[in-house]
Amino acid sequence: MAFARSRQALAIAGVLGLALGATACGTGNDKKSDKASSPECAAYEKYQGHDGKKVTIYSSIRDLEADRLDQSWKQFEDCTGIDIDHEGSGEFEAQLGVRVDGGNAPDLAFIPQPGLLKRFVDSGKIKTVGADTKALAEQNFTPDWLKYSTVDGKLYGVPLGSNVKSYVWYSPKTFKEKGWQVPTTWDDLIKLSDQIAASGTKPWCAGIESGDATGWPATDWIEDLMLRTQTPEVYDQWTTHGIPFNDPKVAEALDKAGTILKNEKYVNGGFGGVKSIATTSFQEAGTPITTGKCALHRQASFYANQWPQGTKVAEDGDVFAFYFPAVDPAKGKPVLGAGEFVSAFADRPEVQAVQTYLASGEYVNSRAKIGDWLSANNKLDINNVPNPVDKLSVQILQDPKTVFRFDGSDLMPAAVGAGTFWKGMVDWINGKDTATVLQGIESSWPK
Amino acid sequence: MTTATPTVPAGTQATEKTTRAARVRKRLNSRTATLVSIVIALVWTIPTFGLLISSVRPENEIKTTGWWTFFTNPQFTLDNYQQVLFSTSSSSGQLASYFINSLAITIPSVLFPLAFASLAAYALAWINFKGRDWLYIAIFALQIVPLQMALVPLLKFFSTGVTVAGVTVLPAWGLVDEQKFAQVWFAHTCFALPFAVFLLHNFISQLPRDLMEAARVDGATHPKIFRTIVLPLVTPALAAFGIFQFLWVWNDLLVALIFAGGGDETAPLTVRLAEMAGTRGNEWQRLTAGAFVSIVVPLTVFLSLQRYFVRGLLAGSVKG
Amino acid sequence: MEFDFAEEQPKFLMLMYGLIAFVAVVGGLLLLLDAVPAWFARRREAQLIAASASGTPLPRRRKEREGLFALFFLLPTLLLLTIGLVVPAIRTTLLSFMDRGSNDWVGLRNYGWMFSEGSIIRVLVNTLIWVLLVPLVATAFGLLYAVLVDKARFEAVAKSLIFLPMAISFVGATIIWKFVYAYRGDGQEQIGLLNQIVVGLGGEPKQWLLESPLNTFLLIVIMVWIQAGFAMVVLSAAIKAIPADIVEAARLDGVTPWQMFWRITMPSIRPALIVVVVTLSIATLKVFDIVRTATNGNYDTSVIATEMYNHAFRYGENGQGSALAVFLFVLVIPIVIYQIRNLRQQREG
Repeated sequence: MAFARSRQALAIAGVLGLALGATACGTGNDKKSDKASSPECAAYEKYQGHDGKKVTIYSSIRDLEADRLDQSWKQFEDCTGIDIDHEGSGEFEAQLGVRVDGGNAPDLAFIPQPGLLKRFVDSGKIKTVGADTKALAEQNFTPDWLKYSTVDGKLYGVPLGSNVKSYVWYSPKTFKEKGWQVPTTWDDLIKLSDQIAASGTKPWCAGIESGDATGWPATDWIEDLMLRTQTPEVYDQWTTHGIPFNDPKVAEALDKAGTILKNEKYVNGGFGGVKSIATTSFQEAGTPITTGKCALHRQASFYANQWPQGTKVAEDGDVFAFYFPAVDPAKGKPVLGAGEFVSAFADRPEVQAVQTYLASGEYVNSRAKIGDWLSANNKLDINNVPNPVDKLSVQILQDPKTVFRFDGSDLMPAAVGAGTFWKGMVDWINGKDTATVLQGIESSWPK
Repeated sequence: MTTATPTVPAGTQATEKTTRAARVRKRLNSRTATLVSIVIALVWTIPTFGLLISSVRPENEIKTTGWWTFFTNPQFTLDNYQQVLFSTSSSSGQLASYFINSLAITIPSVLFPLAFASLAAYALAWINFKGRDWLYIAIFALQIVPLQMALVPLLKFFSTGVTVAGVTVLPAWGLVDEQKFAQVWFAHTCFALPFAVFLLHNFISQLPRDLMEAARVDGATHPKIFRTIVLPLVTPALAAFGIFQFLWVWNDLLVALIFAGGGDETAPLTVRLAEMAGTRGNEWQRLTAGAFVSIVVPLTVFLSLQRYFVRGLLAGSVKG
Repeated sequence: MEFDFAEEQPKFLMLMYGLIAFVAVVGGLLLLLDAVPAWFARRREAQLIAASASGTPLPRRRKEREGLFALFFLLPTLLLLTIGLVVPAIRTTLLSFMDRGSNDWVGLRNYGWMFSEGSIIRVLVNTLIWVLLVPLVATAFGLLYAVLVDKARFEAVAKSLIFLPMAISFVGATIIWKFVYAYRGDGQEQIGLLNQIVVGLGGEPKQWLLESPLNTFLLIVIMVWIQAGFAMVVLSAAIKAIPADIVEAARLDGVTPWQMFWRITMPSIRPALIVVVVTLSIATLKVFDIVRTATNGNYDTSVIATEMYNHAFRYGENGQGSALAVFLFVLVIPIVIYQIRNLRQQREG
């Protein structure tokens, strides 16, 4: 294969820092504006008039996922002539602040934490959403979603992607072999856990190590149990510090989570004891399910991407997820989720055009078709969602019985939500008692 | 003008000394020393060696068994390298691109502080002026300023310029794409200077006083002394600092991330490698191969300069 | 996207511009420094001739030109340092007296917070452990190895191996060591070397990074592993610089290797030793990547620089982050005083 060889030679040349003649095939650069009048561009008519303009986007999305983003707005770029320049960074949360303070803000940022968004609003950096964008966002999203990017009655961002966190991953194959039933109530879940534990396997596996974000998977557990042991209103009070962090209600949720997470009989299948949760990376925490060393793993919908290559993710496949059951089904179906918001640091017309486009049904369907993505945007057609777990998520999000709440740690001030709450959970797993942990987090809440 | 002459005899003297020293050392050469030092060196290398082995093992193997099982159950693959070198991400471009960026960032970022710091170190060591010791101490103390705290003000300097009381003293740089290299050079030079001045001052100030005074008596000016006497004598120290600065810049992530951005027009290897694990970190087996790809250049630089650098540091520490 | 060499050309062009700028700036500066005194010299010569011709007394040679020279030598460095470090240091100090959004003055509140918050006190203690241990252990090891390898064969190879970690970034090195410290449950196959050894010796696998204070020492091992190469290279060069006649004379006097080390080697390499210890101390005070990558400061392993970064950049607490940075400035004062003493001695001696 001459092609492969030339590629290799070039890479080697690059490695040696040598200058070799280029033999790579250039990709044809189509002239964009010529296409604007073609039929497939009809949908983008209202975004026209910014040919040749550039819009920069900054996000935490990298590598393959970033490719998918680029692909998702390719047609928009071709038709409108707007050049979208996306940059993803693993240091997004910290670097965004540096760039904004340094006077080098991106035009748009995909902010996954409403708490962070609010901070930039407070310092006057984020522009309010334009009238067109606002109108479209109000059509396409429920007020529940928009309230997370609304400060003092003004909208500062439009929701983009979402995910559902209230899932328990399991192996349909193993369940079938062993005759286990997918539990639909909390009691069934505990019964099943006991049954599995009695058979000699530790039923649950978990892992909260995640580099400099270590601890977040445990905060998701607590949030899910806050929603299950308390009312949604109490949950809201908790995230806004309406009740102190060491309120007995929070302690109740923590202890409930502890009946699983800190139960040596239940955890940590495939890894060791309770403490191994702290050092197991969240990426590999669920993998023992594929080898039968563990049966249940509570993690968000995006965990679908973490399974080893060749694992079939489907209701009849190697792994799948079921809804993390409610404690009291009469109170409705509490669902924990998260997502990111598109906020603008510039109000040039082309920036607003892109922001509007990202809130539109055209965009969400274009992105969903590429896979592994979903949105709470009600224009999203479930048939455009290829992945079975994402399909289930869309169903849950669109279910009228669903009581949706945003990931609490993303709503809290970063000092807690991305700081002491995470660290507190690590200490808690590592053996510290509930009261001390909660007291520590409470005292760190910014005054 | 006799300024150039002292270096020649000094050089020959030094080589005579080293050959004699070599003879002395040979006699002292002991087998135990060799054995112990080799054993320590090998132990020192085990962690890196483990990574090397891991980098040629399949993803699943890395995640489930220790690297030493490779010897009993060798499963060899170049997939990790394949993925790292030929990038599976279309939007990020080829690794070679980032390699060039790293070179374009590193070379000037080593040269500028070298030149500026050696000039400054000479002035602080051999030119008499008021308050020079305090100035030296102040520069030395600046080493402690954490570069994280300097990021925002420096970025502001580039992106909005300097205004004093509403008057623009310096305009914004307004750089795009590959021009942003200039920002990175500037930043790295700033951050490197305190250590560079400290290190070079140490060597330059220890040059024999007689030599300097003789040159002054001969009527040589400071620039002339600097060029013809000091520079040749401290080249080894320059090489030493050059290596450290090279390693530091080559391995830097933070400065590049802020001042160069993350695109393939400007971002260095480190930025790309950090991204390579994917948004959710699930592709981290690529890091094993990535780490080795990024080590190649600094290691080559060190190995090729090592002899020169080790032989040389002595010139600076000869006491007058 | 294929790798297209043509697209890389602007980068090489930019690199070339950079190199041209380098030559222009440095060359220009040296030229200026050469040309200006030459011009002064010519003028003085002319003055002398004129003076001798007219019989007027000679104008006195002015002394302050030295200072002018120094200014030019120092100009680029001072300019860059002011922009890149002095201004930020002043800004940080000011911010440390302000609230999280840097809007209002809050006096010493951030400092009060620093010394009352239990977790921060732990951070200060950890930093102290780091800065005491790393320079000591790394320098001692580097010195021992330099002495040892001086008499050994395969010196270059052995030295290169010890130096190898220096070529790896802090983050990369920490990832390597996380592999070493990795843990799998009892009875399972270990993937971490340390636990494999423990299990091989009949022990139970441990979660190394969880156990305080052991974990701080394990992180320090990483730093020592990286920095010992630096110490070894510098000290080895200094040892080789000891004049052979001194060594030979000592040997003829029949000193033992032990005496040789303390009476000849140590005094001779003192300046190099100081450079190494001082450099390592400052590098250790600023240590950041290792802790952040290994534990992110969890399990009581945090140090000042990681907390500073977290507070200033992740938590949006500019005031608290800046106060921690200022505390770093304070910690370096002992090293600065030591350095002043050294400088005094050097000037006198």
